[in-house]
Amino acid sequence: MRFLQRLFPHPLLTGLLTLIWLLLVNRWSLNSLLFGFFLGIVIPVVTNPYWPSRPTLKRPMKIAEYLVIALWDILVANVVVARLVLFRRAQDLQPHWISIPLELRRPEAITALAATITLTPGTVSADLSAKGHYLLVHCLHAPDPDSVVEEIKSRYERRLLEIFE
Amino acid sequence: MASLSEFLISALLVISGIFGFVGSFGLIKLRDSMSRLHAPTKATTVGVGAVLIASMIHAAAFEDYPSFHELLITLFLVLTAPVTAFFIAKVHIHRHETPQSMPQPGEDRVWATHDTDEGEQIGGDKEGKAGADREGDREGDRPGTP
Repeated sequence: MRFLQRLFPHPLLTGLLTLIWLLLVNRWSLNSLLFGFFLGIVIPVVTNPYWPSRPTLKRPMKIAEYLVIALWDILVANVVVARLVLFRRAQDLQPHWISIPLELRRPEAITALAATITLTPGTVSADLSAKGHYLLVHCLHAPDPDSVVEEIKSRYERRLLEIFE
Repeated sequence: MASLSEFLISALLVISGIFGFVGSFGLIKLRDSMSRLHAPTKATTVGVGAVLIASMIHAAAFEDYPSFHELLITLFLVLTAPVTAFFIAKVHIHRHETPQSMPQPGEDRVWATHDTDEGEQIGGDKEGKAGADREGDREGDRPGTP
């Protein structure tokens, strides 16, 4: 059992690397599956010293839920922002800086949150505060900045908290 | 069957064209550089995504074997696009904003881009340990560190 744990310190990463190798090859065969699996074993072991205390993701269903929600929000926001760009006069837009107090502490989790915010059109994450307790976000059109903070915290951060911590 | 997938492929290509156009149009129309940063995020998500789905449908319907390369392109775009946007935003903050023109980050007092030695002299009282503090930030706040 200990041997298995040493061999696969991060089973999810092993699976992901195997899958990425298969996608890179694009022709699915036993050969590429085995080689991908080999890479999936070697790469986590070799990179382990450079990435200590990796987060362990315990709830795959939560991750799937998060991805679906983020994807849906990206689609909706795309249409909303496209209408803003096409049909609003530029001087009517109210761009706004907002600062989001973070409950997330893991750098990986904050990265995921910042990336989601940037990929959702209409909001771009711009900076972290000096100690990493606040996230600076720029909104393209935010008549009510507080509601944006509230939405990001309840929709994304709450779920990331469940996934990472 | 072939006509259905042809229809789907053309619809997706038109959608991606529209969003690509809106993204480029936004670059011209919006007035300040931070607002312009919003435009390309549309082009990279739905614009590129629709092309990639069209390509996968095309491979599944008209080629010998299905193709999943496109999923990887999506993955790499999703990983890299926020980093570019983040860097551009940081340059903007560095050159055009002052700590006073930004919202206040609570007890942290200053945003990371302004957390330079220069910034320390203006507003800070932690003389000498600025370098050590920044080193700690780069590592991120591990659970357990205050």
